[in-house]
Amino acid sequence: MNKRVLAGYTVLLLIACALPFVVSEYRTFQFTLVLIYSIALLGLNILTGFNGQISLGHGAFYAIGAYCAAILMDKAGIPYWATIPAAGAVCLVAGFLFGLPALRLEGLYLALATFALGVSLPQLLKYHHLEEWTGGVQGIVITKPDAPEFLTGLGVALNQDQWLYFFTLAVTIVMFLLAWNLLRGRIGRAMMAIRDNHVAAEAMGVDNSMVKSLTFGVSAMFTGIAGALGAIAVQFVAPDSFNIFLSITFLIGIVIGGLSSISGALYGALFIQFVPNIADEISKAAPWAIFGLFLLGFIYLMPMGVAGAIRMGLARLTRKVHNKQAEKP
Amino acid sequence: MLRVQNVGVRFGGIIALDDVTFDVPTGKIVGLIGPNGAGKTTLFNCLSRLYECGSGDILFNGESLLRIPRHRVAAVGIGRTFQNLALFRTMTVLDNVMVGSHSRTGTGFFLNALRLPVVGREEQMTHEKAMLLIRFLDLESVAQARVADLPFGQQKRVELARALASEPKLLLLDEPASGLNHEEVGTLGKVIREIRDRLKLTVLLVEHHMSLVMSISDRVVALNFGRKIAEGTPAEVQQHPELIQAYLGGGA
Repeated sequence: MNKRVLAGYTVLLLIACALPFVVSEYRTFQFTLVLIYSIALLGLNILTGFNGQISLGHGAFYAIGAYCAAILMDKAGIPYWATIPAAGAVCLVAGFLFGLPALRLEGLYLALATFALGVSLPQLLKYHHLEEWTGGVQGIVITKPDAPEFLTGLGVALNQDQWLYFFTLAVTIVMFLLAWNLLRGRIGRAMMAIRDNHVAAEAMGVDNSMVKSLTFGVSAMFTGIAGALGAIAVQFVAPDSFNIFLSITFLIGIVIGGLSSISGALYGALFIQFVPNIADEISKAAPWAIFGLFLLGFIYLMPMGVAGAIRMGLARLTRKVHNKQAEKP
Repeated sequence: MLRVQNVGVRFGGIIALDDVTFDVPTGKIVGLIGPNGAGKTTLFNCLSRLYECGSGDILFNGESLLRIPRHRVAAVGIGRTFQNLALFRTMTVLDNVMVGSHSRTGTGFFLNALRLPVVGREEQMTHEKAMLLIRFLDLESVAQARVADLPFGQQKRVELARALASEPKLLLLDEPASGLNHEEVGTLGKVIREIRDRLKLTVLLVEHHMSLVMSISDRVVALNFGRKIAEGTPAEVQQHPELIQAYLGGGA
Protein backbone atom coordinates (compact mmCIF):
# COMPACT_ATOMS: atom_id res chain seq x y z
CA MET A 1 0.00 0.00 0.00
CA ASN A 2 2.73 2.42 1.03
CA LYS A 3 4.69 1.68 -2.12
CA ARG A 4 1.63 2.35 -4.24
CA VAL A 5 1.07 5.72 -2.57
CA LEU A 6 4.70 6.67 -3.11
CA ALA A 7 4.44 5.65 -6.78
CA GLY A 8 1.31 7.79 -7.06
CA TYR A 9 3.10 10.85 -5.71
CA THR A 10 6.07 10.26 -8.03
CA VAL A 11 3.80 10.15 -11.07
CA LEU A 12 2.05 13.31 -9.88
CA LEU A 13 5.39 15.06 -9.46
CA LEU A 14 6.55 13.97 -12.93
CA ILE A 15 3.34 15.30 -14.49
CA ALA A 16 3.75 18.55 -12.57
CA CYS A 17 7.33 18.88 -13.86
CA ALA A 18 6.40 18.08 -17.46
CA LEU A 19 3.46 20.47 -17.52
CA PRO A 20 5.23 23.76 -18.38
CA PHE A 21 6.95 22.12 -21.37
CA VAL A 22 3.68 20.86 -22.85
CA VAL A 23 1.26 23.73 -22.37
CA SER A 24 1.44 27.36 -23.49
CA GLU A 25 3.09 30.13 -21.51
CA TYR A 26 -0.28 31.50 -20.49
CA ARG A 27 -1.43 28.10 -19.24
CA THR A 28 1.83 27.74 -17.34
CA PHE A 29 1.05 31.03 -15.65
CA GLN A 30 -2.43 29.76 -14.81
CA PHE A 31 -1.04 26.59 -13.26
CA THR A 32 1.38 28.71 -11.25
CA LEU A 33 -1.65 30.50 -9.85
CA VAL A 34 -3.28 27.15 -9.06
CA LEU A 35 -0.25 26.19 -6.97
CA ILE A 36 -0.32 29.57 -5.24
CA TYR A 37 -4.02 29.30 -4.44
CA SER A 38 -3.51 25.78 -3.14
CA ILE A 39 -1.08 27.14 -0.51
CA ALA A 40 -3.58 29.84 0.45
CA LEU A 41 -6.41 27.32 0.69
CA LEU A 42 -4.26 24.94 2.71
CA GLY A 43 -3.71 27.78 5.17
CA LEU A 44 -7.41 28.51 5.46
CA ASN A 45 -8.21 24.80 5.73
CA ILE A 46 -5.81 24.39 8.67
CA LEU A 47 -7.79 27.08 10.48
CA THR A 48 -11.36 26.32 9.41
CA GLY A 49 -11.31 22.66 8.45
CA PHE A 50 -8.95 21.29 11.08
CA ASN A 51 -9.39 23.74 13.95
CA GLY A 52 -13.00 24.82 13.40
CA GLN A 53 -12.36 28.57 13.36
CA ILE A 54 -14.16 30.14 10.42
CA SER A 55 -12.51 33.01 8.56
CA LEU A 56 -14.23 35.27 6.06
CA GLY A 57 -11.20 37.53 5.86
CA HIS A 58 -8.25 35.47 4.74
CA GLY A 59 -7.87 37.66 1.70
CA ALA A 60 -6.41 40.19 4.14
CA PHE A 61 -3.49 37.90 4.98
CA TYR A 62 -3.00 37.16 1.28
CA ALA A 63 -2.85 40.93 0.74
CA ILE A 64 -0.39 41.47 3.59
CA GLY A 65 1.86 38.79 2.14
CA ALA A 66 1.62 40.28 -1.33
CA TYR A 67 2.40 43.80 -0.13
CA CYS A 68 5.31 42.51 1.98
CA ALA A 69 6.88 40.97 -1.11
CA ALA A 70 6.17 43.99 -3.31
CA ILE A 71 7.46 46.58 -0.83
CA LEU A 72 10.59 44.57 0.00
CA MET A 73 11.42 44.14 -3.69
CA ASP A 74 10.47 47.64 -4.77
CA LYS A 75 11.75 49.74 -1.85
CA ALA A 76 14.52 47.63 -0.34
CA GLY A 77 15.73 45.81 -3.43
CA ILE A 78 15.54 42.46 -1.70
CA PRO A 79 15.64 39.47 -4.09
CA TYR A 80 12.24 37.90 -4.79
CA TRP A 81 13.00 34.54 -3.16
CA ALA A 82 13.95 36.18 0.14
CA THR A 83 10.61 37.96 0.35
CA ILE A 84 8.77 34.64 0.75
CA PRO A 85 9.99 33.80 4.27
CA ALA A 86 9.73 37.48 5.23
CA ALA A 87 6.08 37.61 4.15
CA GLY A 88 5.47 34.35 6.00
CA ALA A 89 6.98 35.72 9.20
CA VAL A 90 5.00 38.96 9.04
CA CYS A 91 1.74 37.09 8.49
CA LEU A 92 2.53 34.58 11.23
CA VAL A 93 2.78 37.44 13.71
CA ALA A 94 -0.24 39.29 12.24
CA GLY A 95 -2.36 36.14 12.34
CA PHE A 96 -1.32 35.29 15.89
CA LEU A 97 -2.15 38.80 17.07
CA PHE A 98 -5.53 38.71 15.33
CA GLY A 99 -6.14 35.25 16.76
CA LEU A 100 -5.76 36.43 20.36
CA PRO A 101 -8.89 38.65 20.52
CA ALA A 102 -10.66 36.19 18.18
CA LEU A 103 -10.42 33.59 20.98
CA ARG A 104 -13.47 35.12 22.59
CA LEU A 105 -15.53 34.67 19.43
CA GLU A 106 -17.05 31.55 18.00
CA GLY A 107 -18.93 30.50 14.92
CA LEU A 108 -20.80 33.29 13.17
CA TYR A 109 -19.34 35.96 15.45
CA LEU A 110 -15.84 34.97 14.43
CA ALA A 111 -17.01 34.99 10.81
CA LEU A 112 -18.15 38.60 11.27
CA ALA A 113 -14.92 39.67 12.95
CA THR A 114 -12.81 38.19 10.17
CA PHE A 115 -15.17 39.70 7.60
CA ALA A 116 -14.47 43.09 9.18
CA LEU A 117 -10.75 42.47 8.71
CA GLY A 118 -11.15 41.38 5.10
CA VAL A 119 -13.40 44.24 4.15
CA SER A 120 -11.34 46.99 5.79
CA LEU A 121 -7.81 46.05 4.76
CA PRO A 122 -8.03 47.10 1.06
CA GLN A 123 -9.10 50.57 2.15
CA LEU A 124 -6.36 50.81 4.76
CA LEU A 125 -3.88 50.05 1.99
CA LYS A 126 -5.08 53.20 0.21
CA TYR A 127 -4.50 55.35 3.32
CA HIS A 128 -2.51 58.33 2.10
CA HIS A 129 0.06 58.37 4.91
CA LEU A 130 1.04 54.87 3.83
CA GLU A 131 1.12 55.85 0.18
CA GLU A 132 4.87 56.26 0.17
CA TRP A 133 5.13 52.53 0.88
CA THR A 134 2.02 51.03 -0.67
CA GLY A 135 1.76 53.22 -3.75
CA GLY A 136 -1.81 54.09 -2.77
CA VAL A 137 -4.51 53.34 -5.31
CA GLN A 138 -1.86 52.87 -8.02
CA GLY A 139 -0.30 49.93 -6.22
CA ILE A 140 3.22 48.69 -6.92
CA VAL A 141 4.59 47.20 -10.14
CA ILE A 142 7.33 44.61 -9.74
CA THR A 143 9.45 42.84 -12.32
CA LYS A 144 9.19 39.18 -13.03
CA PRO A 145 12.31 37.24 -12.00
CA ASP A 146 14.48 35.50 -14.60
CA ALA A 147 15.63 31.93 -14.22
CA PRO A 148 18.87 31.86 -12.21
CA GLU A 149 22.06 31.89 -14.26
CA PHE A 150 23.42 28.57 -13.04
CA LEU A 151 20.49 26.83 -14.74
CA THR A 152 21.37 28.42 -18.09
CA GLY A 153 24.96 27.38 -17.40
CA LEU A 154 23.72 23.81 -17.01
CA GLY A 155 22.08 24.07 -20.38
CA VAL A 156 18.53 24.30 -19.05
CA ALA A 157 16.82 27.21 -20.75
CA LEU A 158 13.67 28.25 -18.93
CA ASN A 159 11.62 31.31 -19.74
CA GLN A 160 10.32 33.51 -16.93
CA ASP A 161 6.95 31.79 -16.68
CA GLN A 162 8.48 28.35 -16.60
CA TRP A 163 11.01 29.35 -13.96
CA LEU A 164 8.37 30.94 -11.77
CA TYR A 165 6.26 27.80 -12.11
CA PHE A 166 9.09 25.61 -10.86
CA PHE A 167 9.97 28.03 -8.08
CA THR A 168 6.32 28.03 -6.96
CA LEU A 169 6.14 24.25 -7.26
CA ALA A 170 9.13 23.90 -4.92
CA VAL A 171 7.59 26.26 -2.34
CA THR A 172 4.26 24.44 -2.65
CA ILE A 173 5.86 21.06 -1.97
CA VAL A 174 7.65 22.43 1.09
CA MET A 175 4.45 24.00 2.44
CA PHE A 176 2.40 20.84 1.92
CA LEU A 177 5.05 18.76 3.66
CA LEU A 178 5.08 21.14 6.62
CA ALA A 179 1.28 21.04 6.85
CA TRP A 180 1.18 17.26 6.57
CA ASN A 181 3.76 16.90 9.36
CA LEU A 182 1.97 19.37 11.56
CA LEU A 183 -1.48 17.87 11.11
CA ARG A 184 -0.70 14.19 11.56
CA GLY A 185 0.99 14.55 14.95
CA ARG A 186 0.35 15.76 18.46
CA ILE A 187 -0.49 19.33 17.46
CA GLY A 188 -2.79 18.31 14.62
CA ARG A 189 -4.71 16.04 16.95
CA ALA A 190 -5.02 18.85 19.47
CA MET A 191 -6.39 21.17 16.74
CA MET A 192 -9.03 18.67 15.73
CA ALA A 193 -9.85 17.85 19.34
CA ILE A 194 -10.61 21.53 19.96
CA ARG A 195 -12.81 21.57 16.86
CA ASP A 196 -14.76 18.49 17.95
CA ASN A 197 -15.13 19.26 21.66
CA HIS A 198 -13.25 22.13 23.23
CA VAL A 199 -14.25 21.31 26.82
CA ALA A 200 -12.91 17.77 26.55
CA ALA A 201 -9.78 18.99 24.75
CA GLU A 202 -8.96 21.24 27.67
CA ALA A 203 -9.66 18.45 30.15
CA MET A 204 -7.05 16.38 28.26
CA GLY A 205 -4.51 19.12 28.85
CA VAL A 206 -4.71 21.00 25.56
CA ASP A 207 -4.01 24.70 26.07
CA ASN A 208 -6.91 25.79 23.87
CA SER A 209 -6.05 29.49 23.76
CA MET A 210 -2.44 28.88 22.78
CA VAL A 211 -3.21 26.24 20.16
CA LYS A 212 -6.00 28.31 18.62
CA SER A 213 -4.05 31.53 18.32
CA LEU A 214 -0.94 29.75 17.05
CA THR A 215 -3.11 27.92 14.51
CA PHE A 216 -4.42 31.30 13.40
CA GLY A 217 -0.82 32.45 13.00
CA VAL A 218 0.25 29.38 11.03
CA SER A 219 -2.83 29.64 8.83
CA ALA A 220 -2.11 33.30 8.10
CA MET A 221 1.52 32.42 7.39
CA PHE A 222 0.51 29.91 4.69
CA THR A 223 -1.90 32.35 3.10
CA GLY A 224 0.64 35.18 3.35
CA ILE A 225 3.31 33.12 1.60
CA ALA A 226 0.78 32.44 -1.13
CA GLY A 227 0.14 36.18 -1.34
CA ALA A 228 3.85 36.92 -1.77
CA LEU A 229 4.12 34.33 -4.55
CA GLY A 230 0.97 35.76 -6.11
CA ALA A 231 2.43 39.26 -6.18
CA ILE A 232 5.58 38.00 -7.91
CA ALA A 233 3.57 35.98 -10.44
CA VAL A 234 1.14 38.77 -11.29
CA GLN A 235 3.94 41.41 -11.12
CA PHE A 236 1.57 43.87 -9.55
CA VAL A 237 -0.19 44.61 -6.29
CA ALA A 238 -3.08 47.04 -5.84
CA PRO A 239 -5.66 47.35 -3.05
CA ASP A 240 -8.58 46.37 -5.25
CA SER A 241 -7.11 42.99 -6.17
CA PHE A 242 -7.66 41.95 -2.55
CA ASN A 243 -11.30 42.82 -2.01
CA ILE A 244 -13.65 40.78 0.15
CA PHE A 245 -14.54 38.63 -2.82
CA LEU A 246 -11.08 37.06 -2.63
CA SER A 247 -11.74 35.95 0.95
CA ILE A 248 -15.06 34.42 -0.01
CA THR A 249 -13.44 32.69 -2.98
CA PHE A 250 -10.96 31.05 -0.58
CA LEU A 251 -13.83 29.80 1.56
CA ILE A 252 -15.53 28.40 -1.55
CA GLY A 253 -12.25 26.73 -2.47
CA ILE A 254 -11.84 24.82 0.79
CA VAL A 255 -15.47 23.68 0.89
CA ILE A 256 -15.42 22.50 -2.73
CA GLY A 257 -11.99 20.89 -2.33
CA GLY A 258 -12.89 19.20 0.93
CA LEU A 259 -12.84 20.52 4.49
CA SER A 260 -10.12 19.08 6.72
CA SER A 261 -8.36 17.49 3.78
CA ILE A 262 -4.83 18.39 2.76
CA SER A 263 -5.22 17.32 -0.87
CA GLY A 264 -8.55 19.18 -0.95
CA ALA A 265 -6.59 22.43 -1.12
CA LEU A 266 -5.30 21.46 -4.57
CA TYR A 267 -8.75 20.52 -5.92
CA GLY A 268 -10.22 23.71 -4.51
CA ALA A 269 -7.45 25.72 -6.17
CA LEU A 270 -8.19 24.13 -9.54
CA PHE A 271 -11.84 25.03 -9.05
CA ILE A 272 -11.37 28.68 -8.14
CA GLN A 273 -8.80 29.15 -10.92
CA PHE A 274 -10.55 27.46 -13.82
CA VAL A 275 -14.29 27.37 -13.17
CA PRO A 276 -14.75 31.15 -13.43
CA ASN A 277 -12.94 31.02 -16.80
CA ILE A 278 -15.10 28.17 -18.03
CA ALA A 279 -18.22 29.99 -16.87
CA ASP A 280 -17.04 33.07 -18.74
CA GLU A 281 -16.60 31.05 -21.94
CA ILE A 282 -20.06 29.52 -21.63
CA SER A 283 -21.87 32.79 -21.16
CA LYS A 284 -20.36 36.25 -21.48
CA ALA A 285 -23.64 37.77 -20.32
CA ALA A 286 -24.11 35.93 -17.04
CA PRO A 287 -20.86 34.16 -16.08
CA TRP A 288 -21.73 34.30 -12.37
CA ALA A 289 -25.00 32.51 -12.94
CA ILE A 290 -23.06 29.73 -14.66
CA PHE A 291 -20.51 29.78 -11.84
CA GLY A 292 -23.40 29.44 -9.38
CA LEU A 293 -24.68 26.40 -11.27
CA PHE A 294 -21.25 24.79 -11.10
CA LEU A 295 -21.12 25.52 -7.38
CA LEU A 296 -24.52 23.96 -6.76
CA GLY A 297 -23.60 20.96 -8.88
CA PHE A 298 -20.40 20.35 -6.95
CA ILE A 299 -21.96 20.60 -3.50
CA TYR A 300 -24.89 18.44 -4.59
CA LEU A 301 -22.75 15.70 -6.16
CA MET A 302 -19.86 15.87 -3.70
CA PRO A 303 -21.15 16.89 -0.30
CA MET A 304 -17.79 16.02 1.29
CA GLY A 305 -15.85 18.01 -1.28
CA VAL A 306 -13.79 16.65 -4.15
CA ALA A 307 -11.32 15.05 -1.73
CA GLY A 308 -14.15 13.28 0.08
CA ALA A 309 -15.61 11.99 -3.19
CA ILE A 310 -12.22 10.68 -4.33
CA ARG A 311 -11.65 9.00 -0.97
CA MET A 312 -15.02 7.28 -1.19
CA GLY A 313 -14.46 6.28 -4.81
CA LEU A 314 -11.08 4.74 -3.97
CA ALA A 315 -12.54 2.88 -1.00
CA ARG A 316 -15.27 1.42 -3.20
CA LEU A 317 -12.72 0.45 -5.84
CA THR A 318 -10.40 -1.36 -3.41
CA ARG A 319 -13.40 -3.15 -1.92
CA LYS A 320 -14.38 -4.35 -5.38
CA VAL A 321 -10.87 -5.58 -6.13
CA HIS A 322 -10.85 -7.24 -2.73
CA ASN A 323 -14.13 -9.01 -3.39
CA LYS A 324 -12.96 -10.19 -6.80
CA GLN A 325 -9.81 -11.65 -5.27
CA ALA A 326 -11.86 -13.35 -2.61
CA GLU A 327 -14.11 -14.92 -5.26
CA LYS A 328 -11.19 -16.64 -6.98
CA PRO A 329 -10.71 -20.17 -5.69
CA MET B 1 -4.93 12.55 48.02
CA LEU B 2 -7.88 14.84 47.39
CA ARG B 3 -9.40 17.09 50.03
CA VAL B 4 -12.58 19.03 49.36
CA GLN B 5 -12.75 21.75 51.99
CA ASN B 6 -15.87 23.77 52.75
CA VAL B 7 -16.64 24.18 49.06
CA GLY B 8 -19.58 26.40 48.15
CA VAL B 9 -20.94 27.30 44.70
CA ARG B 10 -23.90 29.55 43.85
CA PHE B 11 -25.50 30.20 40.50
CA GLY B 12 -27.31 33.47 40.97
CA GLY B 13 -29.60 32.89 43.93
CA ILE B 14 -29.40 29.11 43.75
CA ILE B 15 -27.01 27.39 46.11
CA ALA B 16 -25.60 24.42 44.21
CA LEU B 17 -23.04 23.39 46.81
CA ASP B 18 -23.06 24.46 50.42
CA ASP B 19 -20.02 23.96 52.64
CA VAL B 20 -19.14 20.48 51.39
CA THR B 21 -16.14 18.78 52.97
CA PHE B 22 -14.73 15.30 52.42
CA ASP B 23 -11.51 13.43 51.67
CA VAL B 24 -10.61 10.96 48.97
CA PRO B 25 -7.85 8.73 50.39
CA THR B 26 -5.09 7.40 48.12
CA GLY B 27 -5.82 4.09 46.45
CA LYS B 28 -9.51 4.03 47.38
CA ILE B 29 -12.68 4.13 45.32
CA VAL B 30 -15.00 6.79 46.64
CA GLY B 31 -18.59 6.96 45.44
CA LEU B 32 -20.48 10.24 45.37
CA ILE B 33 -24.23 9.73 45.43
CA GLY B 34 -27.37 11.76 45.78
CA PRO B 35 -30.64 12.43 43.99
CA ASN B 36 -30.84 14.51 40.80
CA GLY B 37 -29.80 18.10 41.37
CA ALA B 38 -27.92 17.25 44.55
CA GLY B 39 -24.76 18.96 43.26
CA LYS B 40 -22.66 15.97 42.27
CA THR B 41 -21.80 17.10 38.78
CA THR B 42 -21.28 20.66 40.01
CA LEU B 43 -18.67 19.35 42.40
CA PHE B 44 -17.04 17.40 39.57
CA ASN B 45 -16.89 20.47 37.41
CA CYS B 46 -15.23 22.36 40.26
CA LEU B 47 -12.61 19.61 40.46
CA SER B 48 -11.80 19.90 36.77
CA ARG B 49 -12.00 23.69 37.02
CA LEU B 50 -14.95 24.12 34.67
CA TYR B 51 -16.73 26.04 37.44
CA GLU B 52 -15.25 28.47 39.92
CA CYS B 53 -15.75 27.67 43.58
CA GLY B 54 -17.34 30.60 45.37
CA SER B 55 -15.82 29.60 48.70
CA GLY B 56 -13.68 26.90 50.21
CA ASP B 57 -10.70 25.13 48.70
CA ILE B 58 -9.82 21.93 46.87
CA LEU B 59 -6.45 20.41 47.70
CA PHE B 60 -4.78 17.78 45.54
CA ASN B 61 -1.76 16.26 47.28
CA GLY B 62 -1.67 19.35 49.47
CA GLU B 63 -1.70 21.80 46.56
CA SER B 64 -4.69 24.03 45.87
CA LEU B 65 -6.33 23.21 42.55
CA LEU B 66 -8.01 26.59 42.41
CA ARG B 67 -4.82 28.33 41.43
CA ILE B 68 -3.97 26.26 38.36
CA PRO B 69 -5.48 26.90 34.93
CA ARG B 70 -7.99 24.45 33.47
CA HIS B 71 -5.67 22.87 30.93
CA ARG B 72 -3.10 22.07 33.64
CA VAL B 73 -5.46 19.86 35.65
CA ALA B 74 -4.60 16.82 33.52
CA ALA B 75 -0.87 17.42 33.91
CA VAL B 76 -1.23 17.58 37.71
CA GLY B 77 -2.67 14.07 37.59
CA ILE B 78 -6.46 14.29 37.39
CA GLY B 79 -8.23 12.54 34.53
CA ARG B 80 -11.96 12.51 33.96
CA THR B 81 -14.84 11.19 31.91
CA PHE B 82 -18.04 13.09 31.20
CA GLN B 83 -21.65 12.38 32.06
CA ASN B 84 -22.98 12.75 28.50
CA LEU B 85 -19.89 11.66 26.56
CA ALA B 86 -17.53 14.37 25.36
CA LEU B 87 -15.56 12.52 22.72
CA PHE B 88 -13.89 13.91 19.61
CA ARG B 89 -16.59 12.48 17.41
CA THR B 90 -15.07 12.76 13.95
CA MET B 91 -11.73 11.31 15.04
CA THR B 92 -10.83 7.63 15.27
CA VAL B 93 -10.77 5.68 18.53
CA LEU B 94 -6.98 5.57 18.35
CA ASP B 95 -6.70 9.34 17.82
CA ASN B 96 -9.10 10.00 20.69
CA VAL B 97 -6.97 7.94 23.05
CA MET B 98 -3.79 9.55 21.71
CA VAL B 99 -5.17 13.01 22.50
CA GLY B 100 -5.45 11.71 26.06
CA SER B 101 -1.63 11.69 26.19
CA HIS B 102 -1.42 15.38 25.32
CA SER B 103 -0.48 16.43 28.83
CA ARG B 104 2.25 13.75 29.00
CA THR B 105 3.97 14.86 25.79
CA GLY B 106 5.58 18.12 24.88
CA THR B 107 6.55 18.76 21.27
CA GLY B 108 5.09 21.96 19.85
CA PHE B 109 4.21 23.50 16.49
CA PHE B 110 7.75 24.05 15.30
CA LEU B 111 9.14 20.59 16.07
CA ASN B 112 6.01 18.92 14.67
CA ALA B 113 6.05 20.87 11.41
CA LEU B 114 9.65 19.80 10.80
CA ARG B 115 8.99 16.28 12.13
CA LEU B 116 12.35 16.13 13.87
CA PRO B 117 13.41 12.71 15.24
CA VAL B 118 12.24 13.61 18.75
CA VAL B 119 8.69 13.93 17.38
CA GLY B 120 8.85 10.50 15.76
CA ARG B 121 9.97 8.90 19.02
CA GLU B 122 7.26 10.67 20.99
CA GLU B 123 4.59 9.63 18.48
CA GLN B 124 5.69 6.03 18.68
CA MET B 125 5.50 6.01 22.48
CA THR B 126 2.09 7.69 22.45
CA HIS B 127 0.88 5.18 19.89
CA GLU B 128 2.12 2.17 21.84
CA LYS B 129 0.56 3.40 25.07
CA ALA B 130 -2.75 4.08 23.34
CA MET B 131 -2.80 0.59 21.80
CA LEU B 132 -2.13 -0.92 25.22
CA LEU B 133 -5.15 0.85 26.68
CA ILE B 134 -7.27 0.02 23.64
CA ARG B 135 -6.48 -3.65 24.12
CA PHE B 136 -7.11 -3.40 27.86
CA LEU B 137 -10.60 -2.02 27.22
CA ASP B 138 -11.32 -4.47 24.42
CA LEU B 139 -11.53 -1.88 21.64
CA GLU B 140 -8.89 -3.33 19.33
CA SER B 141 -11.34 -4.27 16.58
CA VAL B 142 -12.60 -0.67 16.29
CA ALA B 143 -9.31 1.18 16.84
CA GLN B 144 -9.45 2.77 13.38
CA ALA B 145 -13.21 3.44 13.40
CA ARG B 146 -14.70 6.88 13.77
CA VAL B 147 -16.00 7.30 17.31
CA ALA B 148 -19.35 8.67 16.13
CA ASP B 149 -20.06 5.36 14.35
CA LEU B 150 -19.74 3.24 17.50
CA PRO B 151 -22.49 2.06 19.84
CA PHE B 152 -22.88 3.90 23.13
CA GLY B 153 -21.25 1.27 25.33
CA GLN B 154 -18.07 1.28 23.25
CA GLN B 155 -17.99 5.07 23.22
CA LYS B 156 -18.04 5.01 27.02
CA ARG B 157 -15.04 2.70 27.01
CA VAL B 158 -13.22 5.01 24.59
CA GLU B 159 -13.70 7.83 27.08
CA LEU B 160 -12.27 5.68 29.83
CA ALA B 161 -9.25 4.77 27.69
CA ARG B 162 -8.72 8.43 26.81
CA ALA B 163 -8.84 9.44 30.48
CA LEU B 164 -6.34 6.71 31.39
CA ALA B 165 -3.95 7.81 28.65
CA SER B 166 -3.21 10.94 30.65
CA GLU B 167 -1.73 8.67 33.35
CA PRO B 168 -3.86 10.15 36.12
CA LYS B 169 -3.31 9.59 39.83
CA LEU B 170 -6.95 10.44 40.47
CA LEU B 171 -9.66 9.36 38.06
CA LEU B 172 -13.00 11.17 38.09
CA LEU B 173 -15.85 9.15 36.60
CA ASP B 174 -19.09 11.01 35.99
CA GLU B 175 -21.93 8.46 35.82
CA PRO B 176 -19.96 5.76 33.99
CA ALA B 177 -22.93 3.36 34.13
CA SER B 178 -25.59 5.65 32.67
CA GLY B 179 -27.02 4.27 29.46
CA LEU B 180 -25.38 0.87 29.88
CA ASN B 181 -27.35 -2.38 30.02
CA HIS B 182 -27.30 -4.73 32.98
CA GLU B 183 -24.49 -6.89 31.67
CA GLU B 184 -22.31 -3.91 30.73
CA VAL B 185 -22.72 -2.44 34.23
CA GLY B 186 -21.43 -5.68 35.70
CA THR B 187 -18.31 -5.59 33.49
CA LEU B 188 -17.81 -1.90 34.27
CA GLY B 189 -17.63 -2.64 38.00
CA LYS B 190 -14.90 -5.19 37.35
CA VAL B 191 -13.01 -2.84 35.04
CA ILE B 192 -13.05 0.02 37.56
CA ARG B 193 -11.70 -2.21 40.28
CA GLU B 194 -9.08 -3.62 37.95
CA ILE B 195 -8.00 -0.10 37.03
CA ARG B 196 -7.58 0.79 40.69
CA ASP B 197 -5.63 -2.37 41.49
CA ARG B 198 -3.46 -2.66 38.39
CA LEU B 199 -2.75 0.98 37.69
CA LYS B 200 -2.69 2.02 41.38
CA LEU B 201 -5.24 4.74 40.88
CA THR B 202 -7.59 6.56 43.17
CA VAL B 203 -11.12 6.82 41.85
CA LEU B 204 -13.90 9.28 42.61
CA LEU B 205 -17.13 8.23 41.00
CA VAL B 206 -20.50 9.91 40.66
CA GLU B 207 -23.19 7.33 40.07
CA HIS B 208 -26.92 6.81 40.23
CA HIS B 209 -26.65 3.08 39.89
CA MET B 210 -26.81 2.17 43.58
CA SER B 211 -25.82 -1.47 43.37
CA LEU B 212 -22.71 -0.55 41.38
CA VAL B 213 -21.66 2.19 43.81
CA MET B 214 -22.31 0.08 46.87
CA SER B 215 -20.48 -2.94 45.48
CA ILE B 216 -17.25 -1.28 44.38
CA SER B 217 -16.81 1.77 46.65
CA ASP B 218 -14.59 1.75 49.70
CA ARG B 219 -16.29 4.89 50.94
CA VAL B 220 -19.47 6.69 49.96
CA VAL B 221 -20.33 10.37 50.27
CA ALA B 222 -23.99 11.34 49.93
CA LEU B 223 -25.16 14.79 48.89
CA ASN B 224 -28.60 16.33 48.85
CA PHE B 225 -29.56 19.91 47.96
CA GLY B 226 -25.87 20.81 47.82
CA ARG B 227 -25.09 19.61 51.35
CA LYS B 228 -23.29 16.53 52.52
CA ILE B 229 -25.78 14.39 54.39
CA ALA B 230 -23.80 11.22 55.00
CA GLU B 231 -20.33 9.74 54.68
CA GLY B 232 -18.87 6.35 55.50
CA THR B 233 -18.58 2.79 54.25
CA PRO B 234 -21.36 1.63 51.91
CA ALA B 235 -22.97 -0.32 54.72
CA GLU B 236 -22.97 2.66 57.07
CA VAL B 237 -24.32 5.08 54.51
CA GLN B 238 -27.11 2.74 53.45
CA GLN B 239 -28.43 2.79 57.01
CA HIS B 240 -28.32 6.57 57.26
CA PRO B 241 -31.83 7.91 57.92
CA GLU B 242 -31.34 11.16 55.96
CA LEU B 243 -30.23 9.24 52.88
CA ILE B 244 -33.18 6.88 53.06
CA GLN B 245 -35.42 9.90 53.30
CA ALA B 246 -33.72 11.66 50.39
CA TYR B 247 -34.20 8.69 48.13
CA LEU B 248 -37.51 7.30 49.27
CA GLY B 249 -39.05 10.56 50.33
CA GLY B 250 -40.82 10.70 53.64
CA GLY B 251 -43.34 12.61 55.62
CA ALA B 252 -42.04 15.93 56.91
